[in-house]
Amino acid sequence: MWKLLYQLASPKSFYSLSGRVTPWLSVCALVSLVLAMVWGLVFAPADYQQGEAFRIIYIHVPAAFLSMALYAWMGFLAILLLVWRIKIAGMMLHSMAQLGLAMTFLALVTGSIWGKPMWGAWWVWDARLTSELVLFLLYAAILATYQAVKNKDDGDRIIAILILVGVIDLPIIHYSVYWWNTLHQGATLSVFAKPKIAASMLYPLLLSLLGFFLYSIWIILERARSEVLLRERKQAWVKELFESK
Amino acid sequence: MHSFFDWLAMGGYAQYVWSAYGLAAAVLVFNVLALKKQKKLVRSKLQHWFKG
Repeated sequence: MWKLLYQLASPKSFYSLSGRVTPWLSVCALVSLVLAMVWGLVFAPADYQQGEAFRIIYIHVPAAFLSMALYAWMGFLAILLLVWRIKIAGMMLHSMAQLGLAMTFLALVTGSIWGKPMWGAWWVWDARLTSELVLFLLYAAILATYQAVKNKDDGDRIIAILILVGVIDLPIIHYSVYWWNTLHQGATLSVFAKPKIAASMLYPLLLSLLGFFLYSIWIILERARSEVLLRERKQAWVKELFESK
Repeated sequence: MHSFFDWLAMGGYAQYVWSAYGLAAAVLVFNVLALKKQKKLVRSKLQHWFKG
């Protein structure tokens, strides 16, 4: 396993290894997403309180989950860049931030759409909603800062620092429903406890989560591969790739 | 047919459910299109760079 990790640190190996994985990822992502949406929209039973409106969960929860998971992963990659100077980690930060922004946006807006019929409000300054909005602003700040820096390597380092500063928001979002008296409901899914949601509603949710995850990994790997080609264009292996075309 | 329209109506919540799903589809599709555009751009940039 360590050998694989060392290989991934080399842009050339990363490019060829990821190239083998991305076709499978895209197909699996598409299949999972389609199945999950059909299952969630058609076959999952309606909620006794919320009726059919609860089906927004199959979009909202995966998007929110991803918005945090992507940021956590960015934090890890930022450390790899700043401490171990693994450049490929830095090359991925910007693409991840772009997708993270999209996921956070989706989580906020679908949450708002869900909140209107259920809570009677498009927005409340609830702890979880507010901290998720802060996450959206963090992503926006990261993207804006990257655009402002001319040298991409410097850009990577600067946003890596920014990412690490913002990491504190993740536990705040996660624990907000415990620490504060929030309107947003508490955790349904936990690593340690039984899920508080019926199985017939849970399984499509897990499938949707998987679909969103696979989709995200696919998008990020593909974007990273393009970025690697651009940044490493002076290397012989990139030249060979384009010579053979 | 009758129950298809019932399903579309989403128990009266159609506007909320379908706008949420529509937005999700738009975001996911947009990201794929943006990816394709970026790949094409990088490809042409590099081809230009290697030719010239």
